[in-house]
Amino acid sequence: MTDLPTSLARRGFLIGGAAVGAGALLAGCTSNEPPAAQANGGANVAAGQGDNAKAGKMVTIGFSAPAADHGWIAAITKNAKAQAEKFKADVTLKATEGTNDASQQIAQVETLINQKVDVLVILPMDGKQLTSVGQAAMDKGIPVINLDRIFDTPLAYRTWIGGDNYRMGVNAGNYIAAEMKKKGISNPIIGEIAGIDSLPLTQDRSKGFKDALAKAGFAVGPRQAAEFTVETGEKATANLLQAAPKLDALWNHDDDQGIGVMAAISAANRKEFIMVGGAGSKNMIDKIKADSDVIKATVLYSPSMSSSAIALARLLGQAKGMGDLAEHEIPALITTYSAVVTKENAAQYADVAFDS
Amino acid sequence: MTQLDPVAKGDTGVPVSPAPRARQGLGLDLRLASLFGVLVLLILIGWITSPDNFLTGSNLDTILRLAAPSGVVAVGMTFVIISGGIDLSVGSVVGLASVWMTTLATQSYGPFVMVVTGLLVGLGAGLVNGLLIAYGRMVPFIATLAMYISARGLAEYLSNKRTQVVSDQGFLTFFRGEFLGVPTLVWILVVVVAAGWVLLNRTTFGRRTFAVGGNPEATRLAGINVKRHIAMVYGFAGLLAGVTAIMLAARTTAGSSTNGMFYELDAIAAVVIGGTALTGGRGTMVGTLIGVLIFTLITNIFVQNNLPTEVQNIAKGAIIVIAVLLQFRTNKARATT
Repeated sequence: MTDLPTSLARRGFLIGGAAVGAGALLAGCTSNEPPAAQANGGANVAAGQGDNAKAGKMVTIGFSAPAADHGWIAAITKNAKAQAEKFKADVTLKATEGTNDASQQIAQVETLINQKVDVLVILPMDGKQLTSVGQAAMDKGIPVINLDRIFDTPLAYRTWIGGDNYRMGVNAGNYIAAEMKKKGISNPIIGEIAGIDSLPLTQDRSKGFKDALAKAGFAVGPRQAAEFTVETGEKATANLLQAAPKLDALWNHDDDQGIGVMAAISAANRKEFIMVGGAGSKNMIDKIKADSDVIKATVLYSPSMSSSAIALARLLGQAKGMGDLAEHEIPALITTYSAVVTKENAAQYADVAFDS
Repeated sequence: MTQLDPVAKGDTGVPVSPAPRARQGLGLDLRLASLFGVLVLLILIGWITSPDNFLTGSNLDTILRLAAPSGVVAVGMTFVIISGGIDLSVGSVVGLASVWMTTLATQSYGPFVMVVTGLLVGLGAGLVNGLLIAYGRMVPFIATLAMYISARGLAEYLSNKRTQVVSDQGFLTFFRGEFLGVPTLVWILVVVVAAGWVLLNRTTFGRRTFAVGGNPEATRLAGINVKRHIAMVYGFAGLLAGVTAIMLAARTTAGSSTNGMFYELDAIAAVVIGGTALTGGRGTMVGTLIGVLIFTLITNIFVQNNLPTEVQNIAKGAIIVIAVLLQFRTNKARATT
């Protein structure tokens, strides 16, 4: 009788000890701090040109963006801060905590309006839902720079700056078409791994790709949609590679899902085709530079647009125009160019690469 | 020909009580045979629509490698559903375990710690589910729904919603490699399914799982610790979610809070297609495996024919309905003969 409780107690103690030990082990494994200072300058900034380089009137810029829930948005926020730091002589940045709740972002922008910032830079969580607050700021005389996700009406922004999904597809298609012609392949099999198919941005990218290939007399062969995640990228690609025992080229819309796409290609041990990525993550640009993988290029959708937006906001606040343009004013619409990053120019674009 | 067991909820050839197991044979009864027929039919469709690329060794490789992680999750789900419960959290737990095992800190300890971390996180989350359900008297649907939400949230918090690339070559070489010409991932599936089959059909643990799902009150009166058993079943499902996280980290070469998205639904669908009753008390491991293979095959066949994802989803929904109707009819036919 007396033995039983002690042995049970001992067992309980052992199990409890094991649980505590396991807990301690796990708790030690949650850190994501890089061992050394991260060599990721990452953020690329614009330098003022000519007269614009000189410090001018002090400008307070309010900045609001969604939560940094993937590499691209994280880079947007980082770039904005780096650009403000570069112009710290005449720029004060008031950045709000990123949120994926549209109503909270509206409240944040309202707070910035009440703080009487000189210029607002807004990447809305949802362009439609943030339109009214953008317009309210404009009505109060605060110019708004609308970053990438466009508001419903031009009345809600002074200037829009953003990327070009259609041209992303066009440039990917043009690059692949040129490579095919260079290799003398007359009837190439060209695959496509798209992002979430129901999004207009995916449809724009695919249309651009199709149009550019059609111009060269080529067509998109096997095409599958993934969901911007590594797992769906891997799954779609693994199946697609089986459907196409021979490929000549493959365009993957998104470098974040590209990690999975590359994993599937290496698992299938396929090397006969060239791959082109999209967006321009550090991971992919490093691989392009190393030139040891199938990926040979990526078409940019660069978060450097956020640096530009801050630079534009400063000029707006100081009522200056842009250096080389004859206009007295900053233009109302600026579309960034989806440059093609290849081995040759990868070093030059290393500063716009972002961590996925 | 089969006597209706008073405890059984239906006549399926899988007995609820421990006694008449010998009659079961290989478990290849009419219902499993019809499932097998669907599988063969799909293979035929694949072969006819894509004669050159479908029945190749490397495509078989791909199908099995893609089926492996969802198959392992489905084995755990089979136990949970036979025990009369449901686990909505497995997909999120896969995401959490895949993130936890690929943080820079975990990776710095090497592949062994990565694997152990994945398993422990899965087991821990599963046990929390089990304790809440068994001792906290929460409904499984609610307890695991809470875990579904918070495990994914914790995964996003730990990873800062970034993709964590696995850089440990030892881990990648082992889990992405092959053994005797068969991918490691497929070996893991084979071992887990075989172990699951033995555990379910040849051990006390399996018999108790059937009994708990069939009639918990009678089981308790028979002197079995029902609460502890339920906690263990959810712990087992969590452990297998941890195994799946390891497999996914190997397959995608990355840990991400988005890993394992919707695995719970795919697993439930595969288990149901396989003939396990959502009410608990009966089910088969072989059926679950065929259910998983059917789903993976559908995706593969559609991609072979370059059809878009939305069409695949319509077909998957239809397959669930057809499979369940088919089983209902075969059950009825058997009940009347």
